Parts: sequence; C-alpha cells; structure tokens
Amino acid sequence: MTKMDLTRRGVLKTTAAAGAGLALPTMFTSSAHAVTNDPMGGTVTLGFNVPQTGPYADEGADELRAYELAVEHLNGGGDGGMLNTFSSKVLDGTGILGKKVEYVTGDTQTKSDAARASAKSMIEKDGAIMITGGSSSGVAIAVQGLCQEAGVIFMAGLTHSNDTTGKDRKANGFRHFFNGYMSGAALAPVLKNLYGDDRKAYHLTADYTWGWTQQESIAAATEALGWETVNNVLTPLASTDFSSYIAPVLNSGADVLVLNHYGGNMVNSLTNAVQFGLREKEVNGKNFEIVVPLFSRLMARGAGENIKGIVGSTNWHWSLQDEGSKAFVKSFGEKYGFPPSQAAHTCYVQTLLYADAVTRANSFAPCDVAAALEGFEFDGMGNGKTLYRAEDHQCFKDVLVVKGKENPQSEFDLLEVVEVTPAAQVTYEPNHPMFGGDEASLGECNNGA
Amino acid sequence: MDAFFLQILNGLDKGSAYALIALGLTLIFGTLGVVNFAHGALFMLGAFCAVTLQRLLSLSFETIDETKTDFLGNPLKVKTPYVEGWFGPEIGGSIIDWAVPLSILIAIPFMIGVGYVMERGLIKHFYKRPHADQILVTFGLAIVLQEVIKYFFGANPIQTPPPDALLGVVNIGAPLGLELAYPIWRMVYFLFAVGIIGGVFSFLQFTTFGMVVRAGMADRETVGLLGIDIDRRFTFMFGLAAGVAGLAGVMYGPINPPNYHMGMDFLVLSFVVVVVGGMGSLPGAVLAGFMLGILESFASTTWATTTIPGINQIIIYLVAIIVLLTRPRGLMGRKGVMED
Repeated sequence: MTKMDLTRRGVLKTTAAAGAGLALPTMFTSSAHAVTNDPMGGTVTLGFNVPQTGPYADEGADELRAYELAVEHLNGGGDGGMLNTFSSKVLDGTGILGKKVEYVTGDTQTKSDAARASAKSMIEKDGAIMITGGSSSGVAIAVQGLCQEAGVIFMAGLTHSNDTTGKDRKANGFRHFFNGYMSGAALAPVLKNLYGDDRKAYHLTADYTWGWTQQESIAAATEALGWETVNNVLTPLASTDFSSYIAPVLNSGADVLVLNHYGGNMVNSLTNAVQFGLREKEVNGKNFEIVVPLFSRLMARGAGENIKGIVGSTNWHWSLQDEGSKAFVKSFGEKYGFPPSQAAHTCYVQTLLYADAVTRANSFAPCDVAAALEGFEFDGMGNGKTLYRAEDHQCFKDVLVVKGKENPQSEFDLLEVVEVTPAAQVTYEPNHPMFGGDEASLGECNNGA
Repeated sequence: MDAFFLQILNGLDKGSAYALIALGLTLIFGTLGVVNFAHGALFMLGAFCAVTLQRLLSLSFETIDETKTDFLGNPLKVKTPYVEGWFGPEIGGSIIDWAVPLSILIAIPFMIGVGYVMERGLIKHFYKRPHADQILVTFGLAIVLQEVIKYFFGANPIQTPPPDALLGVVNIGAPLGLELAYPIWRMVYFLFAVGIIGGVFSFLQFTTFGMVVRAGMADRETVGLLGIDIDRRFTFMFGLAAGVAGLAGVMYGPINPPNYHMGMDFLVLSFVVVVVGGMGSLPGAVLAGFMLGILESFASTTWATTTIPGINQIIIYLVAIIVLLTRPRGLMGRKGVMED
C-alpha cells in the first residue's frame, strides 16, 4: 500500500505550478495574436473608405477603381501593373503573405462622422485589417484618429493638409500624397520665374484645415520670394458663388489671386474670377495672374477652358514617362478606358506599399507593418525615389508643377508638367512649426485587440 | 465707390436667382398651399437641360489621326460633332456655342411637363395632409431627382459656357466715369430674371386666366362655387412655377457650372426669401430675393467679414430672425398669415 503524503502546503504548491503551466501557452498564444482582425484563414480583408456619394464622388469612384486594380494585381491578376516596376520585389502575385486579398468598401460622404462610422463598421463587422482612402483632409484626420484607437493601419488617400502628418500625425497613419508645404516649396521658384519677385497676392481660402494650412504654406513660400500678401479671405466651404469675394480683389491693388480651393469650390471660384475678367486685367503695370496651388485633373475638367495657363501643383500626372507611371496608366487605361487621376494613383500605390510592408515584416501586426514602412526607401511607383520618413510617416518625393494646357489633344490632356521639383527642395524638418513644431508626436503604435 | 456699385450688381445678380426660385415657391404655396421642398431640384433640372442639349449637340463621330497618339500610345481618335459635319465647322460650331440660350426652347416644355407630372402624380395626394408630410415627400423627391442626375452626369461640376459673344466683361460705369467692369453674362442673367418676373406678373395681372388664378388664391372655395375648375388652373400654375425655376437654372449654368447638388444649395436660402418676403406674396418674394442678395453680397466684403467674422454666413438667417420676430407675416405678407 502506497502512502499518500498530502499536506495543505503541498497541494497549494502543486495547484499553483499546474495552473502556471497550463496558463503559459495561453499567455504566449494570446500575445502572439493580440492584433485587431489578424487574418486566420486564407484571406485578408482590406477596407476601402472612399466618397461614394457627395461632392467628391467622382474622385471616390476613381480611387475605388485603383483599389480594385491593386487587389487584382496583388492576387496575381491582370498585367501586374506597378508590381513589375516597384523596386521592392517581395510581392509575387499570391496575395499578401499567401492570403488572398479581399476588400470591403465604405462611403465617407466627405463627412468626418460618416467616414468614421464606415471605417468603424469595416473594422468591427467586416474584419478589415487596414483602412485606406478619402478625398478630404478633414476626413483623413478623423479616420486616422479612429484607426489609431482601433489598432489598425491607416494608409491615407488624397489628403493635402499639413496637419495630417503634422500636428495630427499618428503612429498608425501613413501618407503617400504630398502636402501644402510641399506645394508652396515647389511652386515658389516657378512663380518667381514666371511672374517675378515683386507681386501682391490676394488669397481666397477654403475655411477648414486644408485651406488654412495650404494658405499658410503658400503665403510663407511666396513672401520668402519677396511677394506681399495683401489679404487672405476665408470663404465658407458651402459657398457656390464667389462673385462677392472676387469683386474686392479688383480694388485691392493685388496683381495675383491665389485660390486655396479644391473641388467644386475651385471650379466655381476660378470660373467666377475668369468671368470678372481678372486674367485680362493689368495691375501695377503687370498682367494679373491666378494661381491654383492644388490641381486635380478631374477638377480641371470641371473648370473647362478657364484652367488654361493656370499654374498649380499635383502629386502625379498620367503623362509622366517613367516606367512605373507608364505601367500603371497602361493597366488602368486598358481596364477602364481612360487614364487614372492623381487620387487613383496615390490609392493604388498606398495599397501596394501596405502589402509590401506586411510581406517584408512577415506580420500583419500594425506595429510590425509600421516599422517596415518607417524609413522605407523605394522607387518605380511613379514619383521617382521616395522615402517614407519615420518621424512623421510622410512620403518625400518629387513634386510636379503643372499648368493648364493651352491646346489639349484630348479630353484628358488638360495639364502639362512645367517642372519636376526634386524631393530635396520640398523636404522640411519633422518639427517644422507648420507641422506642429516640437510638440507634434506620432504617439505609441497600437496593435489593437 | 466702384466697389460699392460692384457689390450692388453682385447682389442683384445673386438676388435674381433667389427671386426666380422664390417666385415659383410662392406661386405654388399661394395657389396650392403646398410647401415644395423639391423646388431647388427643379432649378437643378433646368440647368441640366442646358447640359443635356450641349451634350446632344456635341455628339460626335470619330476619325483616326495616325499622326497623333492617345494616352495608351494608340492612334488618336479625333471627335468631330455631327452638327459640324452636317452644317460645316462655322455654323455647327455656332450652334454648339449657343447651346445654353437654345436650351430654353426645350426647357420650357420639359419643365412644365415635369411640374405637371409632379403635381398630378404625387403632390395632389398631399393637399390635405399636414405641411410636415408635404415637406417630407417633396424633400424625398428632391433627393431622388438629384441622385438620378448624379447617376447620369457624375458628381463633378460640368461647364456650360455662355456663347462667345456674351463672354467677357463690359464697363457699365463708363457713362458715369466709373470703373464698373461686370461680366456680360451676369448682366444678361439679371435682365433675363427681370423679364421673367415681369412676364409672370403681367400674366397674372392682365390675362383672364391670371385674374381667375389670383381670385382663387384669395378665395378658392368661392371661385369653385362659380363653376370654375380652379384645380386645373392651379395645376397649370404648378407647371408654370416649375418652368420659372427651370429657366432660372438653364441661364445660371454659365455663372456657376451645374452639379447635382446645386438645387439644395439654393433651396434653404430661397425658403428664407419666401418667409422674409411674406408667405404667398409674389411681390414680397421678388423684393426679398433682391434685398437679401444685396445684403449677402455686402456681408461677404472684407470690411464686413473682418468687422464681424462669419457675418457672410449668417446674414440672411439673421434678417429672417429679425423679420419673424418683428413682422411674422413677412415684408409684404397678408395680414394674419403666420401671425396666429
């Protein structure tokens, strides 16, 4: 007969040891999968949050086309597009880390609340592991904040406000598109060459984050040339007729009108300015000039003849002749019958960059993906050599200065590239005052779950 | 001084659109007692009549130009409008150039037809329902109409330029020694609005039909007891109001490129105009339209916005509040209306 030497202390010790032993694998397991929407099956879901209704619906539709094309290429379909020209070669057309890429879409309506709601739904209900898209800085900043809290990566679409990667920068958010500061830095030398260094500028500015930061950037860049900023008038975003804002320009002594407007605002304010004969005017012994710092081909189409000869900047244009741009235009053009917009380009590139970062990190964990994107240098995506700067998650690349074409060959041939401004000329310090200064911080990366 | 007169002109110009839309709204409210929130959509439909005609006139056949390439590097397909093929580049080009004024010819029957169908098919079922129901159904209709337009024409604004002959500016202050360069088309729009308003007033004032309508607006039941089919006349007035809104939209296209949302942009302001002018008062709607247009124009000047930031966004509503508090029936409203 075996004697069982059971004591109270022995039982407690054994129980504690057994408990710890049983808990150990669980602790490691839960740590390994502490990621929001970590894909477990054979698919991975991306969330495309674009304006499908509202004033930017056409841009949203073009963004969605680009996303669908990117998914097709990631899954091995089509001609591969920019996968063939991308300097990183880890993407092989088998999805992301061998998982087939699927997607869900949301409608931002170009409203921050609606955009956050649709992003939340895609994360919580559809299991999206990455959110991307948008055609407005207000929306981008709102959704970026949500993604930070939820612990997913946000790859911004078309957002040009300095704040997106400035004072509102987030560790989980990344922007490929350029910004207001870069527009100013790229435009200033061209404006000097075209119009001289003794000019008086009058600004009309859309009254929200993007307008404010762009105006600040353009005014600073042109004042550094010697230009004087005569006035800056904030116009409500809902404005449709700008005639009462244009009339005071005529008597202000200004000889340049800077329209810090985008979308319908830009189309209407430019149309009104041309109607009032500003372009035929002579002030201070010089021809009156109009500048539209942020151009979009889709908007240029809306402005029609009025865009001819007007100078602005853009993130990318389909007429670029580098291999990446040509590959993308070919893929997009053959699939949809017309060339892609700059919004489509940045969204397509962002999707590929995300997939590439996941693959290089060998992980879907947002913090691993972020680490792979930070400081990542790449080429072959249409903008020349590009750096995803670690400090603020902003891409630094060449910026295009464009002009409305005088004799377009087709309905798409609206802008001509005047100058390709090198990345070095538009680069700034991460703690630049226009970007939140020393107080701006990415915060902590969030894996969620 | 020049800037002062320029803002007056801008105000009259803005006021033209407000007055035309508010005139239609008042006609409908005064005759049928319906609060029509789809009236802005009728303005937008008018503008898209011009867009449609411009596109129809620009329908093209393609020829291949082997010397040029498109964005994919294929030989360029050159589009030539059929009208240029049929009538030659000069006459064909002129026809396309005058698309906006020409579209008035199709907008009048089309918009009256739309108004008739709207009234007979939908609105008449809501005559005896509360105003809240009328607002909901007409607002819903407005959203449906704008979504239909967006489906076919997209969300971005579409240029509908004026004829080349009416492009540019004219110095209307020259006889007074002033520098008052003003866009020709905006002057045309103002004169057009004055003409339409004059036409509607003349129709109501000097025709038998108009006299019966005015009598019906004053006392519908008594007119009905005289054996006059006032409902049929009121249905026509709905069509006429739709026509006025449509024409206002057609001619507005060259001022600001039409988009599917333009009706909503004007709707609320036009209702404020109606309330300020006096519900059911046609002269009130016109007066308030021009007055608020001028006020809004001055409120957008640099002096005004720096003195009172944001005044440009609230001026119209501020006036509406003051009018409603001090004279609830509006500037020219009938005594008793909205004063209960």
